[in-house]
Amino acid sequence: MTDSKYFTTTKKGEIFELKAELNSDKKEKKKEAVKKVIASMTVGKDVSALFPDVVNCMQTDNLELKKLVYLYLMNYAKSQPDMAIMAVNTFVKDCEDPNPLIRALAVRTMGCIRVDKITEYLCEPLRKCLKDEDPYVRKTAAVCVAKLHDINAQLVEDQGFLDTLKDLISDSNPMVVANAVAALSEIAESHPSSNLLDLNPQSINKLLTALNECTEWGQIFILDCLANYMPKDDREAQSICERVTPRLSHANSAVVLSAVKVLMKFMEMLSKDLDYYGTLLKKLAPPLVTLLSAEPELQYVALRNINLIVQKRPEILKHEMKVFFVKYNDPIYVKLEKLDIMIRLASQANIAQVLAELKEYATEVDVDFVRKAVRAIGRCAIKVEQSAERCVSTLLDLIQTKVNYVVQEAIVVIKDIFRKYPNKYESVIATLCENLDSLDEPEARAAMIWIVGEYAERIDNADELLESFLEGFHDESTQVQLQLLTAIVKLFLKKPTETQELVQQVLSLATQDSDNPDLRDRGYIYWRLLSTDPVAAKEVVLAEKPLISEETDLIEPTLLDELICYIGTLASVYHKPPSAFVEGGRGVVHKSLPPRTASSESAESPETAPTGAPPGEQPDVIPAQGDLLGDLLNLDLGPPVSGPPLATSSVQMGAVDLLGGGLDSLIGGTNFVAPPTAAVPANLGAPIGSGLSDLFDLTSGVGTLSGSYVAPKAVWLPAMKAKGLEISGTFTRQVGSISMDLQLTNKALQVMTDFAIQFNRNSFGLAPAAPLQVHAPLSPNQTVEISLPLSTVGSVMKMEPLNNLQVAVKNNIDVFYFSTLYPLHILFVEDGKMDRQMFLATWKDIPNENEAQFQIRDCPLNAEAASSKLQSSNIFTVAKRNVEGQDMLYQSLKLTNGIWVLAELRIQPGNPSCTAWPSRHCPSWVLLAVLVGGGLWRGFGGGNFRLPVFGCCMSPSLLVPVVQDLELSLKCRAPEVSQHVYQAYETILKN
Amino acid sequence: MIGGLFIYNHKGEVLISRVYRDDIGRNAVDAFRVNVIHARQQVRSPVTNIARTSFFHVKRSNIWLAAVTKQNVNAAMVFEFLYKMCDVMAAYFGKISEENIKNNFVLIYELLDEILDFGYPQNSETGALKTFITQQGIKSQTKEEQSQITSQVTGQIGWRREGIKYRRNELFLDVLESVNLLMSPQGQVLSAHVSGRVVMKSYLSGMPECKFGMNDKIVIEKQGKGTADETSKRCLRQESCGKQSIAIDDCTFHQCVRLSKFDSERSISFIPPDGEFELMRYRTTKDIILPFRVIPLVREVGRTKLEVKVVIKSNFKPSLLAQKIEVRIPTPLNTSGVQVICMKGKAKYKASENAIVWKIKRMAGMKESQISAEIELLPTNDKKKWARPPISMNFEVPFAPSGLKVRYLKVFEPKLNYSDHDVIKWVRYIGRSGIYETRC
Repeated sequence: MTDSKYFTTTKKGEIFELKAELNSDKKEKKKEAVKKVIASMTVGKDVSALFPDVVNCMQTDNLELKKLVYLYLMNYAKSQPDMAIMAVNTFVKDCEDPNPLIRALAVRTMGCIRVDKITEYLCEPLRKCLKDEDPYVRKTAAVCVAKLHDINAQLVEDQGFLDTLKDLISDSNPMVVANAVAALSEIAESHPSSNLLDLNPQSINKLLTALNECTEWGQIFILDCLANYMPKDDREAQSICERVTPRLSHANSAVVLSAVKVLMKFMEMLSKDLDYYGTLLKKLAPPLVTLLSAEPELQYVALRNINLIVQKRPEILKHEMKVFFVKYNDPIYVKLEKLDIMIRLASQANIAQVLAELKEYATEVDVDFVRKAVRAIGRCAIKVEQSAERCVSTLLDLIQTKVNYVVQEAIVVIKDIFRKYPNKYESVIATLCENLDSLDEPEARAAMIWIVGEYAERIDNADELLESFLEGFHDESTQVQLQLLTAIVKLFLKKPTETQELVQQVLSLATQDSDNPDLRDRGYIYWRLLSTDPVAAKEVVLAEKPLISEETDLIEPTLLDELICYIGTLASVYHKPPSAFVEGGRGVVHKSLPPRTASSESAESPETAPTGAPPGEQPDVIPAQGDLLGDLLNLDLGPPVSGPPLATSSVQMGAVDLLGGGLDSLIGGTNFVAPPTAAVPANLGAPIGSGLSDLFDLTSGVGTLSGSYVAPKAVWLPAMKAKGLEISGTFTRQVGSISMDLQLTNKALQVMTDFAIQFNRNSFGLAPAAPLQVHAPLSPNQTVEISLPLSTVGSVMKMEPLNNLQVAVKNNIDVFYFSTLYPLHILFVEDGKMDRQMFLATWKDIPNENEAQFQIRDCPLNAEAASSKLQSSNIFTVAKRNVEGQDMLYQSLKLTNGIWVLAELRIQPGNPSCTAWPSRHCPSWVLLAVLVGGGLWRGFGGGNFRLPVFGCCMSPSLLVPVVQDLELSLKCRAPEVSQHVYQAYETILKN
Repeated sequence: MIGGLFIYNHKGEVLISRVYRDDIGRNAVDAFRVNVIHARQQVRSPVTNIARTSFFHVKRSNIWLAAVTKQNVNAAMVFEFLYKMCDVMAAYFGKISEENIKNNFVLIYELLDEILDFGYPQNSETGALKTFITQQGIKSQTKEEQSQITSQVTGQIGWRREGIKYRRNELFLDVLESVNLLMSPQGQVLSAHVSGRVVMKSYLSGMPECKFGMNDKIVIEKQGKGTADETSKRCLRQESCGKQSIAIDDCTFHQCVRLSKFDSERSISFIPPDGEFELMRYRTTKDIILPFRVIPLVREVGRTKLEVKVVIKSNFKPSLLAQKIEVRIPTPLNTSGVQVICMKGKAKYKASENAIVWKIKRMAGMKESQISAEIELLPTNDKKKWARPPISMNFEVPFAPSGLKVRYLKVFEPKLNYSDHDVIKWVRYIGRSGIYETRC
């Protein structure tokens, strides 16, 4: 029999011929024709045109032909719902067939036809089949309930199928029980609140009995279901464990893993003093090891799970290190996972073996694997103190190989070893420095720079080394730039005599020529520190670093506990909770381990994930006195002081004697060279600034006429990435409705049709309010503009960054994905004006930690202009004040999800160019206090400095007079939105 | 659960596509082709997530089998199912090749309809499937036959049908072991384990109840500790094989074995499927008999020459013969020529495999043999050192390196009139090399 010939017919008039053959009288010919149709369907050809002809072949007593027709029906019924009705009669008839195989086939297929009209007819036959005398029909019907539920959940509930399904759990046939369990579990997942499965000791007992009798797959369904049960006490947990342990000897790895899941979960409830607890631990190790002799794909799944188990209960596998040794011909994914587990299991007892292995691996071929092996050696050194010396010498051996990526990886880990064991292994620095030139990866360069900076006093030519890096400063990655900046400042503090030029150079590179805010801010902070208080600078920059912990790569405990509940499933393979990769509400029920009951240990409280931002609350106390606003202002404001004459001093650049009286003489901002922006002659800035502001005033007047500010369209999806479809767009808000203005351009050679759009879940629940309507097909080189109305009632998931929106656009060619950032001001609602009293109370009510301060630079607007501009974008001015020549605007806005943001905007009217923030307003100690408060001491000296959001308040204006800056303070109960609100402010005010 | 199952040829053309769930569209077929089959880089994981859709794949020769899902499915189950699917297909039409799949696509669809319902795996025992998925169309089965089929497919003993009859009741037991070793150049055992399988071929009438016994340390110690009224006979027997008991690290059984009974009494009892099946798998790590020892000596003479000397020693009873011995000595990539001298067997340098392959047909126990080779190298400016892959070995020996012995296999069939003594039983031990490597 050679069915392969069906795959090869590619004649033009094929469909027509097939039609004729399907209607042939000869049975054989008919069958042949249906086979050809199925073959075409498989390779993706559209044979839906043959629908009526194929359905005509359904009435047959040939089971093979019947199955083929059913297969066709399942594929195309949805596209031809009216025609599909033609098939109903046959189904209903088949459900009455004396042959149980045919009855089951009919009910099975019928459930796969997702046409509403058909499902109505399905109910009666299904009801009968659920009570069929033959177990084969019942087990098929059980799954069919799940199918029906997927199509029409309401119908299933109305028809009472759920109760019938529950009854099947007590069926005499184990396979029926297993399928009923599977169906119920799936249905229950989409109704997290309902107690569908209703697990109680009696039903658990039934399941455990069926467990011994059903097929391997059935055992998996039952075990997975058992894992969701919460035993009422440790006794019950133990008795279930006892009955589940025999499954650990099953040949099917999935049965074993599901059993492990149940045991790991229920073990939580057992007291550690119990003998049984120890026995259970011992019983778990061998089956886990056996999983490693399965096929490689299963090994991979097993290893990902073992990785979790080892983190949760290291004692289980602590003696089994050897089985995780990598075999030469393991697939790479198995090798990498084994390596990970080896490190987790490394201890003083086995470290010698582990190191010998790792050294062996570092000579292998696969680059990723070698890198990971080298990194592993470093991790061993950090984890097992006794081995550190051997690890270092092993790493040095590896550096001698001169294999580029090995050397780089080794340097990265040696940096960590230095941090863990300071003043111990610095003798190797010389060897490291030899390899300086071969480093081309940012991480390795950064590590090396850190080492040079940290040990600058021991490296004679540290300044030369760092200087050589400085040449290509702008081509380096941020990581290297930041590290270089810190290292040179360290060097300067250690050897001030020779390096002042170098430090000048790096500070100016970082602050002036870089557009990276992190780098700029860090540059300014150092500059400021050095200029005000070098002693403090020394304390900050050369502070003792906290020791790094040994297990930085551990999975966070709450996530780990959740993942333990998902052993064996995809979540455990990805090491992510299901919500991270499953769409919709399914499977996102948060699972947690049961708390310990009988033991004295503190119960682990079940964690509940915070969802989205907390809703904005209304303050419940309204203050009696109305003058509080004034108090507030006085509290917040220092008197304005005009800037010191910075401009003149800056000319002396190189001439300043930094070393006159040692470091101490550096104190005082005036003496130290200020950042060159300050050198802009003050009198020049004024006319330009005011001229500009006039200009802006004009435009802003125009701008206020239309709704909120609309950014020009930006290309979101370039044609190259989307098979010729180019999408550009922007977001608008007009009279309360948000819309997404899209411009679709067809740059391909074929016509595009069938457009559709979908959004991923996002922080504010943005979703299309109407389908994407492109009326005519988009022909090549044609452009169409569409405005897509949006609603904010979609499902919410916090995104990073907050205003990230992931969009999928479909057309007849493919589905394309892109993501874009939407400006937050489209979410500002029209009723965002807060009552004055309310504003005051709320402002007081929100803790000061939630206050974020920002600087809007170069914005020559006066209070009125700013206020009206902002108002058009639904930022409302609640109150206005003038305090000692400064205009203060108090503003409120509300987001679509009900979060209020309160703002205080400070504007200095008139002669804007020469107001600068004097150092007195923000003395260095404030800065330091902020840093300490933020727990950042360590960050400065160490390698991983991240500037938090409030870093922006320490921006250049602390030092530099600028044209005109607006000071913005934001308070909100959900502080994470502040940054975005600030950006919205900036956009609105500057356009 | 599994949302769809696709089978592709090596070019990425779809041979079989069966979708079970509504959330899987036709574009999933292409996504897998583009991102995995046609991916530039080597596949880094058997599980791939593309646009929130997860793909599980296994490869059999040139054929890709991919299961697709959008839910948090049981990943281990999906892979087990894919292997099972391969087994079932192999049992129906032999080797899994493009040719065979195209020739049997109707059958495969029929099988997929049966063994996967809405993405839930159903009974996939070939024995049961073959009773009603026959590709012969429906024969006019009697009602009895029909209900027999359905009760077997769903029943407790889904793997065996009733009414089997043999004139001669016979069974074969094969103890197949693969011994794995990783040894350091200095001869230190880095890791060694035996993974064994007991494969049974049964030609027994009726529904026979079988009990299998082996020299499992736990069982034998248990019997030793038996109460006083245990007969001395048992003690005697224990003495005769007492020392030879082995410690089994772990074992897994075919689904016909009653696991709860094994857990409580450690006895292995079952009703076997008809024909060949794998009764159990086990693993041991203690007191393994390593049949061969490899002693390598690699010397670099200057930059263009390597001298290699490898000695192998057989370590088992002199009366036994090892067969199909093959030693594979890797050579560097820049090898230009090789001269080999060996005392026994034939050795050849295979440039395409970058190795010297030394083959010996037979070798008795407690013997040794040696090969020496001179490898000439082309000068290269490649800084990267040669990774020196380990020397690997293949062989077959007529004993079980773990020391496992079959003690008994008792057969009871209460309904039919044959007894344990009437059954003809055969036992055979074969030890093969698994990954048997010595680093050099």
